[in-house]
Amino acid sequence: MTGPALFLLLAGLGAIAWVSARARALRLQIVARATGRRDAVHSLPGYHGWYVALWTIAPAILFLAVWANIVPGLVTQAVLADPAAQSLPMDDFYRSAILGEARSIATGAQAGAFNPLAQGLVEPYRAAINKYGVAGAVLAIVLAFAGGAYAFTRVRPDFRARTRVERLVMATLLIASLLAIVTTVGIVASLLWESFRFFSMVNPLDFLFGTKWSPQSAAMGYGNEDAFGAVPLFWGTIFIGAIIAMVVAIPLGLMSAIYLTQYAQPVVRKWMKPTLEMLAGVPTVVYGYFAALTIAPALRDFAVMIGIHGASSESALAAGLVMGVMIIPFVSSMADDSIAAVPQSMRDGSLAMGATTSETIRKVLIPAALPGVVGGVLLAVSRAIGETMIVVMAAGLAANLTLNPFASVTTVTTQIVQLLTGDQEFDSAKTLAAFALGLVLFVVTLLLNIVALRVVKKYREAYE
Amino acid sequence: MTEAINPLAIANPKMSARDVKVFYGAKQAIKGVSIDVDMDHVTAFIGPSGCGKSTFLRTLNRMNDTVASARVEGMITLDGEDIYSPSMDVVQLRARVGMVFQKPNPFPKSIYENIAYGPRIHGLAHAKADLDVVVEKSLRRAGLWEEVKDRLHDSGTALSGGQQQRLCIGRAIAVEPEVILMDEPCSALDPIATAKIEELIHELRGRYAIVIVTHNMQQAARVSQRTAFFHLGDLVEYGVTSDIFTNPTQERTKDYITGRYG
Ligand SMILES: Nc1ncnc2c1ncn2[C@@H]1O[C@H](COP(=O)(O)OP(=O)(O)OP(=O)(O)O)[C@@H](O)[C@H]1O
Ligand SMILES: [Mg+2]
Repeated sequence: MTGPALFLLLAGLGAIAWVSARARALRLQIVARATGRRDAVHSLPGYHGWYVALWTIAPAILFLAVWANIVPGLVTQAVLADPAAQSLPMDDFYRSAILGEARSIATGAQAGAFNPLAQGLVEPYRAAINKYGVAGAVLAIVLAFAGGAYAFTRVRPDFRARTRVERLVMATLLIASLLAIVTTVGIVASLLWESFRFFSMVNPLDFLFGTKWSPQSAAMGYGNEDAFGAVPLFWGTIFIGAIIAMVVAIPLGLMSAIYLTQYAQPVVRKWMKPTLEMLAGVPTVVYGYFAALTIAPALRDFAVMIGIHGASSESALAAGLVMGVMIIPFVSSMADDSIAAVPQSMRDGSLAMGATTSETIRKVLIPAALPGVVGGVLLAVSRAIGETMIVVMAAGLAANLTLNPFASVTTVTTQIVQLLTGDQEFDSAKTLAAFALGLVLFVVTLLLNIVALRVVKKYREAYE
Repeated sequence: MTEAINPLAIANPKMSARDVKVFYGAKQAIKGVSIDVDMDHVTAFIGPSGCGKSTFLRTLNRMNDTVASARVEGMITLDGEDIYSPSMDVVQLRARVGMVFQKPNPFPKSIYENIAYGPRIHGLAHAKADLDVVVEKSLRRAGLWEEVKDRLHDSGTALSGGQQQRLCIGRAIAVEPEVILMDEPCSALDPIATAKIEELIHELRGRYAIVIVTHNMQQAARVSQRTAFFHLGDLVEYGVTSDIFTNPTQERTKDYITGRYG
């Protein structure tokens, strides 16, 4: 029996269980109500339906999930026990290659065999897969019936089906949320592990404080010293994400927030705010195009015109400017929120003293909103330094340690992409360096986020 | 009856309103109020909630300009000068007619900076020494100096509610206003803090024309010499406080005073 058909069948059984349990509960409850006792009936019939349906489906599905994981092992064992397997070579590598080929043919993923030995194993494979497939299906159906029958016998008017169902719903939700956490922990663990391997090849101090980055030379066998100094990458990241982008995003974001909260007519605000926020929805790859194809060449021509040396067609400035534009809505909406959170009474107080609107904004609103704005800016920085597409397309790959914004620089994210693309064994220092870079990025972003959220929260409390 | 009787029409009023109407959009909140306010007396505005006391008070320093839907008709003068005429500078007007709000609203700055805010924006004091003098004088007048003189650079929002309200009064005083408008200045305070503010109002009387909105009839009786009773956007009765409370001429005033509604 094929997978989809089996699932359909189980679903059908579940539906039948739901309908019949509900009907039975309804009938029993009518009888029980007639006795007149208030506690004679506990749960609505629907809950009984769900209770029985879940008992029908859940054990069978769980069983199938486990079964699917142990079957391949069982099948291989069965095939190896077959007389045809006696002629297999003892070498592990060939053995598993032949077995793999036979399996592919048996499941129809491959048409014919290159290896005659594999051809001989196809039939045993087919038989074994079939056998265990049918066995699994039968067991699942038996389980469904057994579970359903057990639950069905418990359908009594005073049975607390609602409590059970609610508990199960809660457990499901809990598992869903744990899954996200577990995934994060897993990611961090793998980052840590791979980074650890990297640092066993390269001294962490050389990595964190070295100023020469040329992983390519390490890959070509020139040794790991002096090849993995990540300072130029850190500098490029800060230069683009925390300096150039912020020089663009902070003033523009702040000013647009001030305009929108303090000066704009409601109609203007109604249109401008969503439009601005739409900027945040533009895919970063589109910004990347814009930076690489429009801004970068224009900047280079400009730099050449005014006689700046070292101007490149990929530049920190191009990437930073476009990233700044991308971050504007982010800063402006955070600033907007913080300014709007300053109580109206504060504004009134200032205006009633005879302050003008702009004096009120400068001297009362902005200072009062500042912590919130700072928090917003920190979040924006953490976003900017983790941003990948724009810098990959517009910033370049040259690990320059330079202050010249027209020169090409590279960033942590760009290098991660660079290190992991192309043919590489997964245990060379070059590949593992990507994980170390990822770890640094992760830690910095995490710290920025924690600080930012703290600041924002503290400030919110001040007005509550 | 909508036309207010004005037995107190004074020869030389500090502020005077003639047939003032205020609209929020199409809705009329004040229906033609005429009243004179003078320098020597504290004037109390009383009346049930929603009758337009705050609205009318805010027309006196044009704070209604900050409400987009508000529109004011009629004439209001300060020392005979029309405050709604185009030649009147709102900034100047608000420096001359200060305001204290229902909830204390000190700026999230130091006590010193709260008081210095007004003098700075109006250019009244430039040198640090001048500013120090203004700050001390204003805090003394607001009856707060002794309590805060050792912590002038602590945040104004760290003070108690009553202290904050006196700080706000001090902040208003610091720009040397001629009129001080107070909108229920004690409604967020406990009785002791309230008593302090009332005492302060007594001390300020004569130096500034004071108008106070209050829901507390005893308070009106204690601090004011003139009382105006508002009802549904009308000025129903205006007179000497003791007369209003003991001998109101209008039926509605009598009902309100005796607690029959409001
Ligand atoms: N910004 C506004 N927009 C629209 N209507 C308003 C606005 N402010 C006040 N009003 C309306 O104007 C009328 C008078 O309000 P106002 O605040 O002046 O009353 P009040 O006498 O001060 O009441 P309270 O004693 O409760 O403070 C009320 O009906 C109120 O709903
Ligand atoms: Mg009011």
